[in-house]
Amino acid sequence: MSQSYNRGTIESFSRWREFSAGMWAWIFHKFTGWVLVGYLFTHIAVLSTAIPAASADPSTLAASGDIYTQTIVTLEELLLVRILEVGLLAVAVFHILNGLRLLLVDLGIGLESQDKSFYASVMLTGAITVASVPTFLAGAL
Amino acid sequence: MSTQLPQQESEESTAEEAAEPAATDHDHEHTGGPRRDVGDKTTDTEHEPADTEDTREIRVFRYDPEIEGKQEPRFDTFHVPFTRGMTVLDAVIYARDNFDPSLTFRHSCRQAVCGSDAFFVNGEQRLGCKTQISDLEEPIRIEPLPHQDVVKDLVVDMDHFYEEMEAVDPYFDPDETPDGELEEQRQSRANREKVKMSTRCIWCGACFSSCNIAAGDNEYLGPAALNKAYRFAMDEREGDGKTQERLETIEQDHGVWRCQTQFSCTNVCPKDIPLTEHIQELKREAVKSNLKFW
Repeated sequence: MSQSYNRGTIESFSRWREFSAGMWAWIFHKFTGWVLVGYLFTHIAVLSTAIPAASADPSTLAASGDIYTQTIVTLEELLLVRILEVGLLAVAVFHILNGLRLLLVDLGIGLESQDKSFYASVMLTGAITVASVPTFLAGAL
Repeated sequence: MSTQLPQQESEESTAEEAAEPAATDHDHEHTGGPRRDVGDKTTDTEHEPADTEDTREIRVFRYDPEIEGKQEPRFDTFHVPFTRGMTVLDAVIYARDNFDPSLTFRHSCRQAVCGSDAFFVNGEQRLGCKTQISDLEEPIRIEPLPHQDVVKDLVVDMDHFYEEMEAVDPYFDPDETPDGELEEQRQSRANREKVKMSTRCIWCGACFSSCNIAAGDNEYLGPAALNKAYRFAMDEREGDGKTQERLETIEQDHGVWRCQTQFSCTNVCPKDIPLTEHIQELKREAVKSNLKFW
């Protein structure tokens, strides 16, 4: 019951401490999903405002002087953007892996090891993210 | 926190239980300082085992809306003498019988059949009579089930839970009965195996209390009710009409589709019922009965 008797901070604290794997997977999946939705709209907004490049004449395009290329280059010069890109990769990879896990859960495959598959997706996400850092941060530092 | 609460408790207890002669003796036993002192002092208690050194510290949630001094929720600490095989229920029974008779909780069969004594022990829904004290970290914190109204101490209001259970018609309802009056209604072994685990539900409400979705959505049927629906929808002896009716109940807005497969119910179920698996199977049945490509 949502309006249950308020037992103060004690209950909420212990509930967080005792969170189980499936619960964390659910929270992370929601969180990463919302981040990806937010990114998608930002992505569309930024790129569509840079689109006038399509009408630029070939010589400007060849010299990389059009708005589109300049927007991308300017963004990529910022260290913050590079770091956010690493974060975006982490979020996307977790969402994909946990999505596959949920697919298996929905098909009723390996329900007993659902917690292990969650830990596996977290670890794989971590590994891929760490491995991607040199690529994303090259030239920015 | 723990240093203040026992004082409060002893004041109240002496006021309330002044008539009971032994009350004051017991009082300083469970409110007294460190644990080792407790062991030395308790020579007067009749139920004390020989080895009084070995006690376990339990912290029990206390709340009583009817008594002015107890309206503010608090935790009482009791030092209960440990015996081999002692359960959480044994410990609270000991605390009630020897320290504070006003400590309130439900219990009945003490063997994990009646489903009365589901508590929130050390941050997890567990059955008091099935949880060994020796398996728990001290101090053992015992609270009423979360997400249900607390009536008093460890007693929660189960009405909402029972309403959800009854919403799925939790009884066997065949279309046709055998001709002979005393004839059995036979079920195949395979079908019995399929519903076997789901029949073990004892209506303790642990799963319902652990479910994050049920906490936020009052209309959600919850894992226990869906498990009941599974138990009868999968029973081959019920007719197609009734099975269809059951599927229609569970595939409504606040039915199976609210389950987000967090597995909290499966983790806490004291009877080890694979609740999430059953809910997932019901989802598949619901899709199968609605999706027709011909």
